[in-house]
Amino acid sequence: MYKIEAKNIHTFYGKTQVLKDISLAIRPNTVTAFIGPSGCGKSTLLRCFNRMNDLTENFRLDGLITIDGRDIYSPKIDVTLHRKKVGMVFQEPNPFPKSIFENVAYGLKVNGLRHKKFLAETVERSLRQAALWDEVKDDLSKPAMELSGGQQQRLCIARALAVEPSVILMDEPASALDPISTAKIEELIYELKKKYTILIVTHNMQQAARVSDKTAFFYMGELIEYDDTSRIFTNPKSQQTQNYITGRFG
Amino acid sequence: MNKQRTHQRKDTAFRYLALACTGLGLLVLALLLYDIFARGSGRLSWDFITHLPSRFPEKAGILTALAGMVSVMVLTMIFAFPVGIATGIYLEEYGTRNRFARILEINIANLAGVPSIIYGILGLEIFVRFCRLGNSILAGALTLALLILPVIVVSTREAIRAVPRSFREGSLAMGATQWQTIWNVVLPSAFGGIITGLILAISRAIGETAPLIVVGALVYVPFIPEGPLDQFTVLPVQIFNWISRPQAGFATNAAAAIIVLLTFTFVLNGIAVYLRHKWYKKVKH
Ligand SMILES: Nc1ncnc2c1ncn2[C@@H]1O[C@H](COP(=O)(O)OP(=O)(O)O)[C@@H](O)[C@H]1O
Ligand SMILES: [Mg+2]
Repeated sequence: MYKIEAKNIHTFYGKTQVLKDISLAIRPNTVTAFIGPSGCGKSTLLRCFNRMNDLTENFRLDGLITIDGRDIYSPKIDVTLHRKKVGMVFQEPNPFPKSIFENVAYGLKVNGLRHKKFLAETVERSLRQAALWDEVKDDLSKPAMELSGGQQQRLCIARALAVEPSVILMDEPASALDPISTAKIEELIYELKKKYTILIVTHNMQQAARVSDKTAFFYMGELIEYDDTSRIFTNPKSQQTQNYITGRFG
Repeated sequence: MNKQRTHQRKDTAFRYLALACTGLGLLVLALLLYDIFARGSGRLSWDFITHLPSRFPEKAGILTALAGMVSVMVLTMIFAFPVGIATGIYLEEYGTRNRFARILEINIANLAGVPSIIYGILGLEIFVRFCRLGNSILAGALTLALLILPVIVVSTREAIRAVPRSFREGSLAMGATQWQTIWNVVLPSAFGGIITGLILAISRAIGETAPLIVVGALVYVPFIPEGPLDQFTVLPVQIFNWISRPQAGFATNAAAAIIVLLTFTFVLNGIAVYLRHKWYKKVKH
């Protein structure tokens, strides 16, 4: 039914409240875009789903988040295991200073999977899924840092896919890229949706309109509107949403 | 407008002043080097390096001092490197949240500023007397290890801190544990910086004289040490000894020995600079 459900989420950095009473439910195999002005809490919410905020001192979360019906903040959850199921792609491409192969195999190796043939197959499959295979197949031992920005970002996507997550979080994955690379990433998102549930933060309205099924508009830590993307962009209920998507503020 | 011109003039004046100061420093250094090379280079020869010490300046060599120095340095590295690196990792990666780490941190910062002779006295009390190691290579190495430990801890922490946060987050987001992240991503990226720190630390240890004299490095050692509990001398102590002799021949020997010592230091520093350069190129996006 729902892949992810967030109920009455409040988050705090120290005493500062950043998210206020966020509730939303996301169906499997959909793309959900988070939009809103800078600082409204999109990244904070995204990072709740893979518990990356746990790394921030003074961070606190109230409310309930479930993925596949399981409370991901329950003490019974193994955080590292959880993060394997919820992949993340960051704003700046952040490949490790290792070879292409080692980057994609990283998640498998830290899981203790070292069987050569299995690694090679998984690396190839992930690179194909990330639409990077044809560009790099001749030299997988090349340092990842020597790839272009767009290739690096697709490598990061391949790296996330290799551990077979079911959810992928993307925090402005194309904002540091040129238009052609951006178009490639967007195509990729469209393909990936068949297998994964994708949450994407974006500042680019056209991008949100192109790639997402649902759009959530945030303002000052509140979820103002959450609906089908087509509806948000043609006939939003809220005046604030209307103003934002037409570029009147933000 | 007028104000801006005064600013510019001040700026130019300051630049020339800074340049003059730098130039002065370099000039003094160049004169010193020239003086030492002029006196010592004639004495440098294979015999000088392979001969045992002697009462006659023209027969004396630095073999025992070199052997002592290498033995002390190897042991110092064995003690100081693992402990220093491990402490640096602990403080940087796990430490920030507890009190013990904070106390340790303040103390290490202070220790780096303690004069080296104090370490000598500490080494004398603990290693030479309390542990009954005597005036041995082991006691000298342990003392020097204490001396360079803070340097290694501080430089390890800096190298780790320079690793971009995004590498760490990328690894943790893949479901790696903190230790896996440190081992597979943080340390390899910090490697160049850590090595640089190690080399600078050991090149500092090589030049140290005072603490070794205190723990009993001898001025005259006629034999090459054979084990860690043997007595020893090192190059700086040998130089110190020769310089205090009245004969002119020993002054020449001292200059030649200084050239050898400087060569060690320069080579080590050169390696450090090279590694640092290579490492920055690798880590930068
Ligand atoms: N680690 C942190 N510590 C304290 N405040 C933070 C931290 N991260 C983000 N914030 C604050 O939380 C608010 C929301 O940030 P963020 O979620 O990054 O917004 P967005 O991604 O929508 O631009 C901002 O006001 C920001 O300053
Ligand atoms: Mg953000």
